[in-house]
Amino acid sequence: MTSLLDSDDEVMLRDAARGFLDSNAPVAALRANRDEGRAHDPVLWRDMAAMGWAGVLIPETAGGADMGHRAAGILAHEMGVTLAASPFLSSAVIAATTLRHAAGARAHDALAGIAAGEVTYALAVDEGPKHAPERSALSAERAGNGYRLSGAKTFVADGASAGRVLVLARTSGTPGQAAGLSLFDIDADRAGLSRRPLDTVDARDHARLDFDGVEATGDDLLGEADDAMRLLRPALEAGQAALAAELAGLAGGISAMTLGYLKERRQFGRTIGSFQALQHRAAHLWAETEVTASAIANAGRVLDETPDDATLAVSLAKARATRTADLAVREGIQMHGGIGMTDDHDAGFFMKRARVGAEWLGDYGYHAARVAAARGF
Amino acid sequence: MTTAASDLETFRAEIAGWIATACPDGLRNRPMNEDRIVWGGRRWVFDDDDQRIWLERAIDKGITAPRWPVEYGGGGISRAHEKILREEMTRLGAPPPLESFGLWMLGPALLAFGSDEQKARHLPPITRGEIRWCQGYSEPGAGSDLANVQTRAEDMGDHYLINGQKIWTSYADQADWIFALVRTDREAPKHKGISFLLMDMESPGISTRPIRLISGKSPFCETFFDNVKVPRENLVGEVNRGWDIAKYLLTHEREMIGGGARGLLGGRSLGAFLGDLGADVLDDPVIRAEAMAAEVDTLAFAMTMDRYKDRAEAGSGVGDASAMLKYYGTELNKRRYELLMTAAGSDALQWDGPHGALAPEWLRTKANSIEGGTSEVMLDIIAKRVLELPGA
Ligand SMILES: Cc1cc2nc3c(=O)[nH]c(=O)nc-3n(C[C@H](O)[C@H](O)[C@H](O)COP(=O)(O)OP(=O)(O)OC[C@H]3O[C@@H](n4cnc5c(N)ncnc54)[C@H](O)[C@@H]3O)c2cc1C
Repeated sequence: MTSLLDSDDEVMLRDAARGFLDSNAPVAALRANRDEGRAHDPVLWRDMAAMGWAGVLIPETAGGADMGHRAAGILAHEMGVTLAASPFLSSAVIAATTLRHAAGARAHDALAGIAAGEVTYALAVDEGPKHAPERSALSAERAGNGYRLSGAKTFVADGASAGRVLVLARTSGTPGQAAGLSLFDIDADRAGLSRRPLDTVDARDHARLDFDGVEATGDDLLGEADDAMRLLRPALEAGQAALAAELAGLAGGISAMTLGYLKERRQFGRTIGSFQALQHRAAHLWAETEVTASAIANAGRVLDETPDDATLAVSLAKARATRTADLAVREGIQMHGGIGMTDDHDAGFFMKRARVGAEWLGDYGYHAARVAAARGF
Repeated sequence: MTTAASDLETFRAEIAGWIATACPDGLRNRPMNEDRIVWGGRRWVFDDDDQRIWLERAIDKGITAPRWPVEYGGGGISRAHEKILREEMTRLGAPPPLESFGLWMLGPALLAFGSDEQKARHLPPITRGEIRWCQGYSEPGAGSDLANVQTRAEDMGDHYLINGQKIWTSYADQADWIFALVRTDREAPKHKGISFLLMDMESPGISTRPIRLISGKSPFCETFFDNVKVPRENLVGEVNRGWDIAKYLLTHEREMIGGGARGLLGGRSLGAFLGDLGADVLDDPVIRAEAMAAEVDTLAFAMTMDRYKDRAEAGSGVGDASAMLKYYGTELNKRRYELLMTAAGSDALQWDGPHGALAPEWLRTKANSIEGGTSEVMLDIIAKRVLELPGA
């Protein structure tokens, strides 16, 4: 496999992303979004699309930049550092991967729309408080030439703002079975679909979606009926790897802020960073961050090189990143003392996004169990 | 495939074929433990002919020190090739033909700091397993505070006169030579008065006294120096500049000790290993959860070792980050052995029980986070040199 070190091109991509995000999407921008009650800034997404980020996983024939999963991970990582809010994961990673696997003229057009920054997507999978696609109960019953969708999805990332929704519905079988699920691609304004924004701690867009006899045509069905997992598995894995990268970036962002504070804040006549009790905790955190960075790079490489065999690599990355981000934000808040508890300070934004990222697309236990299964126990 | 990649794949096929014929069947896939290591040296006695034959063939092939220059008995291959060699050895169940402090520590230091004469004299016998080295760093008053070494070397013109004591000298009683830190200037600040000296353990005035470990074994010693005469040419690098060599050598030692954690189960998963201990071991929810977490961390750590090897290969070196590799790898190894002990229950409590020497191995892992610099010292190095946090 290609080395886990960044290639020269990757270093350039990382530097460019960092420069752009530092000036265009600092934590202050997330704060402004929150205070102004919007999920993300459309101008920011337009700029990202112009740089090819929206098309990072989209073929050039559909107007994409087709840079691959490692590149998507690098972008997601840098977005994590500044907590940049955008439809990147939902649209450019998850929906793009789904549609790419779906193929066909319609998917091609949809991909072109994403790459151009004109169309955004949300993936509606989960119905309960834990990630469990195969437990989907939302039903798609045959009605004439098409389907009628009834049920509810919760914790749908970008669900309130997206223009289109990929919804996982049951066409046969019973909840708990992976077989019998189908994936539909519908516009978010369709009659019978109501979207209720959830006021989540990370100030990002998450929504509950209620489907009350929403009509879908055979054309809206992506891939084969009863076989959603063929499209969804690679899409979820791409999303999990990129989310893991975002969490690793988030850990890096709060760690840098914390180290800065350790070097600046004085108590007992010395900088607090000179206390060994804090030094060792900061050093331990850095060690965890480095070990996680390897798992993130590895997941990107494996998705690019052997995508059909990526479950272990992806779950390893998501498990590690979840724990590392958790450690980084807990240590970050604690080492800032009282100031870290205030809303005026940025540290809290990192903690809240880390908690949401920990749950989205599978928590630590979910992914550790997949690692264990892949390793034969 | 690029030419570099196809070159590596050709090498993989070639070396795998060689290992398959060169490594005697009797050695293949035997569980590895400390007792089976071939250390070499003047007094070395092989367990059996297989070990001897394997070492002889490995010497001919130049793979006891794969990356050292060919002129000094090495294999002259790159890190990438060495990695493939190790992967194929693991895959084929071939044990390392030779391990030693000479290979791990002194060799790299001599290659970086030694004179041409010193390299020509000392490196080839290391690659052939003829001379066994031990490490004389620690003293009763100089452990974590290593720069506080007090063993004196007085300049007597054509030789140095050594007086003092080392402690925790692993295998000093079986080693042929020792590389040691000695004080050559007592007035200078402590880091600036240290030199790096090579001594024949047969020199008059050197004596050793074994110390017994909690694992029941006695691999280390006190080492005493009583008016020992050492020729001038045995000083490596410049006089009073030994601390630089000492630190360079430590980064190699730390990378090696940290990396030891991933070899343990021969690439098998911890869960599979635990499953073999007893069918229902993994039904215990606590053991299962801890095993999963340990597996996650083990895999990610192995990737980190690879990433840092690639970084070293690319020329940016591992440097102070070796402290992280050592810290993480050894703490992880301790965690894994605690888990193995818990999973094996009372079967693991005999010195030599149903699972072999699990208990002594478990006890031995406790030293991993002490030897070569303690975990606390590693965290200090990370905090100060990597994170650049201020001193008190
Ligand atoms: C199995 C084994 C093999 C060894 N082999 C060799 C060998 O071959 N050659 C050789 O030279 N040495 C060898 N050593 C010695 C080893 O390098 C030392 O034991 C080690 O450096 C620690 O020194 P010490 O034992 O004096 O402990 P101390 O330095 O006294 O440490 C005691 C405790 O205090 C902590 N501590 C010390 N300073 C600080 C600080 N500044 N901040 C926070 N905590 C601190 C330590 O982390 C430790 O927990 C070996 C040790 C072992 C266990």
